[in-house]
Amino acid sequence: MSLLELQRDFRDWLAEASEAAAERLGEPARAGLAVYQNNYRASLLACLSDTFERVRLWLGDDRFLTIAAAHIDVTPPHGWTLDAYAQGFPETLRLLFVDEPVVAELGWLDLALSEAFVAPDADPVNPQSLGTIDWDNAVLRLSPTLATTPFATNAGAIWSALAAGGLRPSSEPLAQPVTMIVWRKDLVSCFRTAAPGEAKAVELARCGDSFGRICAGLIEELGEERGIGAAGTILGRWISDGLIVDLA
Amino acid sequence: MPVPTFGLGLRKPHYGDFLEATKPVAVDFVEVISENFMVAGGRPRQILREVRERHPIALHGVSMSIGSADGVDRDYLARLRALADEIDPLFVSDHLCWTRIGGFNSHDLLPLPYTEEALNVVCANIAIAQEVLGRPMLVENPSSYVAFADAPMTEWQFLDAMCTRTGCRLLLDVNNIHVSAANHGFDPLDYLAGIPADRVAQIHLAGHSQGRDLLIDTHDKPVPPVVWALYERAVALVGPVATMIERDDDVPPLGDLLEELDIARAIARLETRRAA
Repeated sequence: MSLLELQRDFRDWLAEASEAAAERLGEPARAGLAVYQNNYRASLLACLSDTFERVRLWLGDDRFLTIAAAHIDVTPPHGWTLDAYAQGFPETLRLLFVDEPVVAELGWLDLALSEAFVAPDADPVNPQSLGTIDWDNAVLRLSPTLATTPFATNAGAIWSALAAGGLRPSSEPLAQPVTMIVWRKDLVSCFRTAAPGEAKAVELARCGDSFGRICAGLIEELGEERGIGAAGTILGRWISDGLIVDLA
Repeated sequence: MPVPTFGLGLRKPHYGDFLEATKPVAVDFVEVISENFMVAGGRPRQILREVRERHPIALHGVSMSIGSADGVDRDYLARLRALADEIDPLFVSDHLCWTRIGGFNSHDLLPLPYTEEALNVVCANIAIAQEVLGRPMLVENPSSYVAFADAPMTEWQFLDAMCTRTGCRLLLDVNNIHVSAANHGFDPLDYLAGIPADRVAQIHLAGHSQGRDLLIDTHDKPVPPVVWALYERAVALVGPVATMIERDDDVPPLGDLLEELDIARAIARLETRRAA
């Protein structure tokens, strides 16, 4: 057996518990193969359990472990770092909990906060340096830690309650979907619900549009009076949240 | 004669001890798991920079996969090089094992058959790694739970040939020798006698657990007497090299690990005197 064949058999044993692969690796290896498979599954389970702590609290340990084990059965790891294994789990939650969207939203929030924690560094602009900016033409570069997604439930409030260890609210659909914003301020991952028009503003800023064009986009979405007010609110919030890391 | 140095693996429960103490912790160096810090930014990189201001750091990896038949991951090596450039490590090490094949990454240290083919693969991969890293690597002997009966070389013969062909050095894990010896029925003293002693640059000490059929390298207990005894023999053989305690689970208060490190210091001092 070549080294490549041996390593493929080992992979098939770990990822699929292939009996044929185990037989080719030899009967004397059985006890050791069991140790390696246990290590493999334990490390993936620990990754999911650590990253999706609030999902685990929401579902309970037994339910979470059953779902995580099922995910591991069909999702082999590919990334250079074990942390990357967490990335596919929210999609599994979305597929498994079609009627409970709060579960996938909690999963997205757990993962986004974890990823923001180690996202690239970028110092926020100093508010005192903004006095002479030509805002109409200014292009705002947002923090590389920023992530957004629409939420249809009160998963944000549930996440906070679970994190605080207090009474957890029941899951409720929102009257209107909101956009959840995750980013890192200083060294701490944060989240909040986007202000009216903020999702649009983020989208335009990410496209490299000037602040003047962002204002125009907000006026188009919210009307003149609300759009202008929203632009000021959003800009102030971005500055205080440390979300603007460069101005050109 | 060189003076041995003594360090600890830096783990999360001790970040505060290392960063907030008014006096630096009494270690000569700390070792970190490279992958935990090969991230883009945030708190982990900041912690590493702060610790580096107080202590030399060794980078110890678990995912280089120098035994992969389909080669090493150059993106991984570039990330590791960037980290090494930033912190100027004492050593850059990984394991004699494979973790990855065909895009699948097991995130475990999987065993190699000690064949000429595997030796060629390992040596080619180490050569690439050393070229990208711009420095010689340290390669650690693994604990293993499977041995391949038709392999013509012992692990120590494999390590000897690997060091000769690549110029790499060894990170000798004394606990791993004991665990593998118990699991595969060889004499740990034969192992020590067979390794190229002059290539050993660092020693790991750790504890293990008894599994159902095999000893398991769990790093969740103090260094046991049998490993201390083997460490005595190892120090007598390889001389004064950097030694550290590796504890990954059930991590005790820092003081407990410093007490274990004092035992290592005492053994090394005794063996150094004997050698003199």
